[in-house]
Amino acid sequence: MIGPAHYLGVSALLFGLGLYGVLTRRNAVAILMGIELMLNAANINFVAFTKFVDPTFVRGHVAALIIITLAACEAVVGLALVINAYRHLETVNVDQVNLMKG
Amino acid sequence: MAQLAWLVPLFPLASYAVLAFRGRALGERAPYVAIGAMALSALLGWGAFLEQVAGAPPYVWRAVWAVGGERTLTVGYTVDPLSSITVAMITLVGGLIFVYSVGYMRGDPYYARFFAFLSLFCAGMLTMVLANSFLLMLIGWEIIGLCSYLLIGFYFRRRSANMAQMKAFLTTRVGDTLMLVGIMALFWQFGTVDYHAIFEAVREGGESASAVVRLGGWEVPLATLSALLVFGGPVGKSGQFPLHVWLPDAMEGPTPVSALIHAATMVAAGVYLVGRAYPLFFYTPHHEALAVVAWVGTLTALLAALMALAQDDIKRVLAYSTISQLGFMMAGLGVLGYAAGLFHLLTHAFFKALLFLAAGSVIHAVRTNNIKEMGGLRRFLPVTFWTFLAGFLALAGVFPFAGFWSKDEILLEAYHHAPAVYALLSATAFLTALYMSRLVAYTFFGTYRGPAHPEPDPWTPEDYARAGLHPPHHGHGTPHESPRVMTGPLVALAVGSLVVGFVGIPGTGPEGGSWIHHFLKFEGFKEAGIHAPSFSWPLALRSLGVALAGIAVAWLVYGLRAVPSERIRAWVGPVYPFLRNRMYIDALYGWVFVRGGLLLAAGLRWFDVHVVDGLVNLVGGVTVVTSRLHRLFDTYVVDGLVNLVGWVTRGLGLLLRPLQTGRAYNYILVAAAGLGLIVLVSLWRL
Repeated sequence: MIGPAHYLGVSALLFGLGLYGVLTRRNAVAILMGIELMLNAANINFVAFTKFVDPTFVRGHVAALIIITLAACEAVVGLALVINAYRHLETVNVDQVNLMKG
Repeated sequence: MAQLAWLVPLFPLASYAVLAFRGRALGERAPYVAIGAMALSALLGWGAFLEQVAGAPPYVWRAVWAVGGERTLTVGYTVDPLSSITVAMITLVGGLIFVYSVGYMRGDPYYARFFAFLSLFCAGMLTMVLANSFLLMLIGWEIIGLCSYLLIGFYFRRRSANMAQMKAFLTTRVGDTLMLVGIMALFWQFGTVDYHAIFEAVREGGESASAVVRLGGWEVPLATLSALLVFGGPVGKSGQFPLHVWLPDAMEGPTPVSALIHAATMVAAGVYLVGRAYPLFFYTPHHEALAVVAWVGTLTALLAALMALAQDDIKRVLAYSTISQLGFMMAGLGVLGYAAGLFHLLTHAFFKALLFLAAGSVIHAVRTNNIKEMGGLRRFLPVTFWTFLAGFLALAGVFPFAGFWSKDEILLEAYHHAPAVYALLSATAFLTALYMSRLVAYTFFGTYRGPAHPEPDPWTPEDYARAGLHPPHHGHGTPHESPRVMTGPLVALAVGSLVVGFVGIPGTGPEGGSWIHHFLKFEGFKEAGIHAPSFSWPLALRSLGVALAGIAVAWLVYGLRAVPSERIRAWVGPVYPFLRNRMYIDALYGWVFVRGGLLLAAGLRWFDVHVVDGLVNLVGGVTVVTSRLHRLFDTYVVDGLVNLVGWVTRGLGLLLRPLQTGRAYNYILVAAAGLGLIVLVSLWRL
């Protein structure tokens, strides 16, 4: 039988992977991908808690849908930023994007 | 007329204002303003006086001046026999002196200023006489004192004049202060300064009138105390012993001033005030305040007459004579001779003004004040001589001149009420005749000796240049008679010195009394059952004999030189220098008060320099040391704390700066580590 711990374990694994990606990658696109992973870990959490705590009203699903929308928007803005940065700086390495550093 | 009497002091005041502001532009025409104003005052004053003579009731006008709680201060004026006859005397004698001054002061660079001061003086005097409350009287009184100060020091380039004016002002101030305290005591006692209210209160002798104050171990009736305090003013102003010292020195002023202020009117203000406030003195237990007045007056009369004997300055002799006569008036008032004292005040004003003006004419002619340097002037100055003689006879009390009648009245009252006073006053009358005869003999008889050192001009050439005048040159050899503008007033006053006394002839009034007795009467006498003694021929003849004896003795010594004065001087030994040096009273005051005052000032200065300054310096030093310590504290403790805070902040900043890398993944790592920590802690807590 698959219980809440399994869901939460998958979610934690996914979040850890995302975090690891964000922390280790220097490529802006990879960092964005890591963030997507972490958001989806949160989605799994929402859905899992809906299923086990409050199956009548699907409030967690709604939150998951909002997060998916948010993730889409975030990806659009992030990728737009990355493309513009690349156009200007010829790189997507975040270590080298430091024009505003005092 | 009485309703218009308030204008009387205002005319001279207006004249003063005009002369003070436009005097220099008026120049030689300045006297017209002053004399015109005086003439208007005289007209009103005489109108009011004649109305009173005709039997008009006394007129009193008062208005509320200030209200303080339940007490109100009123001002106003009174026209009654006493004030109206005094106003008449002042305006007449004053007017004549003004006219005389036109000649005497001609060519003076401060001509207009002189008349301005004279006008202001008359305004003050008339205010003082007409006033119906002690407050308004005091205002006039102080104006008089101020003018006296200004006019004594009129020749302000002379050091002696400066000293004399200060002496006069400070000496009279002693009396004025006492009087001010007296007036305050009256106000405290009766709650008003109005003459009428106060006199009614003392007459009825109510509770407030019979209050008693404790002074040391004595119980003194408050009425007596305040009366004597008020009497302090007249003692100062009328030159009574012991405050008489200023009057002889006041002769530093121009001679018309001596005549107007220091003989005829101002010094009479004190006597007038005693007459005005007579109920205050009369209604004391056993008339004790009057006894004091009588004895002060008698003592003054006698001492001043003695001092007059040994003076050589013509004006000083007259000044001591004035003091003596003022003493006579005080004595007369003191021995219940209300009308007698005031009558002598009036007659004395005429003949003393005459004597001073004639003396001024003499000084004008010979340019010295020393009678030893005169002599034989009756040939050079006939008009002055004859008029002076009239004044002399009046002062000596020779029948039928004014002084005879008034002095006789005083002696008569003294004979009946205080025999001791009578004896001393008779001796004074003898001395009066003696010193005046000596003066006449030295001045007008014998041969002309001429001044060894003519008096220097009081002004500098710059004074004359500023006034647009030329310094006068005195190159004449023999003295010559004064111009008519000066002799005219002399003649008028000489006539006055004769006829003014006629109002004192017995039989001129109702019931065989004299007119003046009827005119100036004090209601309190009748209530107390005191009757004025009637004229007696033996007494009158005795006083006439005394006067003639004085003249005869002087004639033997100074005229015929049967007994040369040098021999008498040797015979009396130390008495002569004693009298000549004014009984050393001035020297005593000089030592005690002037030197004492200076010594006190020096002592206080020493105290100031050494103690007060020392304390101040000590405080300063302590402050400096304290502030140095404070500075050290500030530098090392307060600044140190502030710096410490700075250093700590900087150190922390240095310590924490590496954390701010600007790399997002570093922050995220830290956040993740924190998250991990939270997770671990919460797991461990489980």
